[in-house]
Amino acid sequence: MATISKDAFAAEVLAILGPLHGVARRLTKNDADADDLVAESITRGWQARASLIDRCAFRAWMFRILNNTFISQRRKTLARPREELLPDESSGEERTFSIFERLHRPFLLWFATPEQEFLDKLLREDLERALAALPEHYRVVVMLADVEGLKYGEIAEALDVPVGTVRSRLARARGALQRTLWDVARERGLQTSTAGRTSA
Amino acid sequence: MSETHSIGCEQALQRLLEFIDGELPDEAHESIERHLLVCRSCFSRMEFETRLKHRLSTLSFSDVPTQSRDRISDLLKGF
Repeated sequence: MATISKDAFAAEVLAILGPLHGVARRLTKNDADADDLVAESITRGWQARASLIDRCAFRAWMFRILNNTFISQRRKTLARPREELLPDESSGEERTFSIFERLHRPFLLWFATPEQEFLDKLLREDLERALAALPEHYRVVVMLADVEGLKYGEIAEALDVPVGTVRSRLARARGALQRTLWDVARERGLQTSTAGRTSA
Repeated sequence: MSETHSIGCEQALQRLLEFIDGELPDEAHESIERHLLVCRSCFSRMEFETRLKHRLSTLSFSDVPTQSRDRISDLLKGF
């Protein structure tokens, strides 16, 4: 297959610049660093364009380069890896934490749905805070799957892991996100009177 | 014709997020779909998880700051 042309490469990059920049902002938590990360990743992508086998997989390929660039930059700036760079480890409770299970009341009338009310009261800032509080390896997988809408196969390509790992990591990450969101809501006094009935 | 055996709540919930993500094979997807038709509790759970996923999707940045976009445009022209 022919190597991607300069114009085609530019068009592909510009088509996904929003998601690329968004993921970079949430990885670096800093706009200036995000700009640098995106620029460096695109440069590396151009240099490695011969490794792009399938044009249809451009998005996953570019996210992979972004993720790898971020990790390599972090390794340079850190004397030793932070806890966040370690492989997935989480408690069983975190993996299975469910806001729905905390709030749902099966015997209430059909129009009384505390879990839906909880979602209605959540602000964008609450979701941003919960996402930002996740360990990096969980934040990345939630960003790719739920914020940017990548398929599992694309995430596997982007993170250079098997699809089975994407499934298990995503399950843990979503549990961790709901746990964090629950805590964020509690801090804001959002939880309803039915909340916490099964809390430990 | 595919097998049409029923599944219970535990099996449905185990794969509910993959169902919502559209990542299940057809037969497994249809099994959960059939279960959701008859189980109000799992259906409510599906609605909740789907709405939460949708809320997360609204966090995507559709706009890139002009300065950042210009920088990338210049970079691409230089290749």
